[in-house]
Amino acid sequence: MDLFTFLSSSVMVLVVFTIVLTLVPISVYLERRVSAVIQDRLGPNRVGLPLTLFGAKKDFHLFGLFQPAADGIKLFLKEDHTPAHVNKFYFILAPALVMVPALLSAAVIPFGSTMDMPFFEGRQVQLAVANVDIGPLLIFAIASLTVYGIVIAGWASNSRYPFLGGVRSSAQMISYEICLGLSIIPVLLYFGDLNLGRIADQQSRDGWLLLPIAFGGDGPVVDWRTLLLLPTLLIAFIIFTVSLFAETNRAPFDLPECETELVSGYHTEYSSMKFALFFMGEYAAMVVGSALIVTLFFGGWALPFGLDNLIRDPATGAFPWWASLMHMGVFLTKVIGFIVFFIWVRWTVPRFRYDQLMKLGWVVFFELALANILLAAILIAIFG
Amino acid sequence: MAYIKIKRPRLGLFEKLYLPALIKGLRITLGHAISTLRGKKRETMQYPEEKWDDNMPEHYRGAPALVTDEQGRERCVACQLCEFICPPRAITILPEEIPTEDKWAKVEKRPRKFEIDMIRCIYCGLCEEVCPEQAIFLRKDYAITGLTREDMVHDKEKLYEIGGVRTGLVNKWNELK
Amino acid sequence: MDSILFYLFALVMIAFGFGVVMNRNPVTSAMCLVGCFLGVAALFIMLDAFFIGVVQIAVYAGAVIVLFVFILMLLDIAGEKRREFPIHAIAIGLIVAVIVGGQIAMVAGSLDDVGGKFPPIDKAAAVEARVERGNNPDSTINTILTDPKKPSYPDVHIIGEALFTRYPLHLQIVAVLLTVGAVGVVVLSKKRLE
Repeated sequence: MDLFTFLSSSVMVLVVFTIVLTLVPISVYLERRVSAVIQDRLGPNRVGLPLTLFGAKKDFHLFGLFQPAADGIKLFLKEDHTPAHVNKFYFILAPALVMVPALLSAAVIPFGSTMDMPFFEGRQVQLAVANVDIGPLLIFAIASLTVYGIVIAGWASNSRYPFLGGVRSSAQMISYEICLGLSIIPVLLYFGDLNLGRIADQQSRDGWLLLPIAFGGDGPVVDWRTLLLLPTLLIAFIIFTVSLFAETNRAPFDLPECETELVSGYHTEYSSMKFALFFMGEYAAMVVGSALIVTLFFGGWALPFGLDNLIRDPATGAFPWWASLMHMGVFLTKVIGFIVFFIWVRWTVPRFRYDQLMKLGWVVFFELALANILLAAILIAIFG
Repeated sequence: MAYIKIKRPRLGLFEKLYLPALIKGLRITLGHAISTLRGKKRETMQYPEEKWDDNMPEHYRGAPALVTDEQGRERCVACQLCEFICPPRAITILPEEIPTEDKWAKVEKRPRKFEIDMIRCIYCGLCEEVCPEQAIFLRKDYAITGLTREDMVHDKEKLYEIGGVRTGLVNKWNELK
Repeated sequence: MDSILFYLFALVMIAFGFGVVMNRNPVTSAMCLVGCFLGVAALFIMLDAFFIGVVQIAVYAGAVIVLFVFILMLLDIAGEKRREFPIHAIAIGLIVAVIVGGQIAMVAGSLDDVGGKFPPIDKAAAVEARVERGNNPDSTINTILTDPKKPSYPDVHIIGEALFTRYPLHLQIVAVLLTVGAVGVVVLSKKRLE
């Protein structure tokens, strides 16, 4: 490993960390504004730059974009209360166990295309922390560790409601991990690859997975084999998205923290920054989940209709630096779009009952995913 | 106890799929979002700029206040009925005798101290209902604020300031409050 | 760098392994087991066996131990803490440890080039060996193996090929075994209800 690789990876770690941690407050803000707009309200629109404090005539509202900062300061200043009846070690460990996996799994997501470095001739940088060959699997593996944070939080709190929340979440997350993993197998069969960077690159050449129209590529504009597979891919997309809702404990599957039954579930006993870590972990998981959906089904950083083929350097397959940065913007736009979708669904669909949730996972999605794999495999074997 | 058997509707395949209903729901929420974004529909009042004042309902119960009559006499005779009935015990009255040389000496009693602790007040309106002299009324003031607990105690001057003068035959049971 | 990481993860594994055995609190033991599995996964990943490493995390750390913790949470932990270890359990444990240690020492001693570095995998030779063993010479794995653009070892492809072409019967036997297990659990739990 030479110095250049080391430095560029370190910078990438910082960049990805910053992006995910910035998207978390942005999604909190969006959650509040979108929910308000859906309910004919306005939502937080006041907190901006308090310029009047520095002698200016008017405050700068910025549509209340600084509301999450105010929320964060509030959470920092709240009393950090640890009840006497808890198991202290695990009580403190649990919030970290929720937050860390969510941030870790962002490592394999390609945030942009392969970039020709502007000042280093002939050097190329992949805009992802770790371009490993097992991208989605690594995300599932690390995401499966998130459940410890919730279970341990429920157990260590040593009280009824958190415990019920922990028990619910462990059963729910294990069940839906299976659907999550099985549902994308048709997609992986189609790509024949587990490397998210290459999956995104292929979609930039042949069009997005769910929008397989590409001009200027090597192949035809519309590949009929992809069209044939499209129904199975669509089913995979639906199962994957719904399972992701369950896996990230988002409504309508937010039973572990179901406030009408369990006060607020596994984080009932938490306050101040410990609670904030749970909160941020949930949103970080949502950000990474959206990024994974976008990368697998909506072309990752790729522009639609194979427009990238016009900019690409034909010899190396890399992009000039401005195109790479634009791709990063495209990717973030898509991710934020999906976050808004998550929020939109949350404020539309009422919460499922626990037995309905389990039935949906084991009776509907599990079988559907298996049948879908079989169908996709047969189609690929015959026409692929 | 009779049991009522509810017949659950039998769902067809289309309804069981759940997705059509989901899309329908998403369309409804999207419709609300769009109409709010275009400014057509809005339930929120932008508080410091827009206030309730004009659209306050007739029956609104705000801060309790004392009133004087047309001759400038304070109507309260310090009977302390409101103090007794007040459920959160927000009212404190210290009565005094009206000196004989006073114009209203015949009334005999008036409050020397009349305080309502607005942190305690629950705006129930029992004081208004119980008052035999029609001296205390619930006005439409709702923004009662203060930086300390002392600020939140309304003394006699403050109560008269809110209440003002009630002229003519004040009948607390009619519309003219 | 690699050897430092190896020792680090090995130490982590051993420490957590001791934690599993020594702790009186079953939940702590289970959590130590998770740490131990993470160490194993890290060692696998250092050997370029990404798939095995990740499956180690997803299956053992992510699913099996979660079920353990799930059950442990429902148990009476205080009673478990009071229990004494019988002397013969400790003795048998020691004997097993000595046997395993001896076996590792014998295997390690029989290696010639201890301490030296293993040469990098010769990919062309690997392809040749694969074809000799009766694999399809036009298989995509061979092209991936020799493709200079994809420097990593295609372990997922190779595992898949081995499982589905050389050991399909074994795979199905395992599948049947698991199904029997699942059905058995259902039958047993139903029986108790009656």
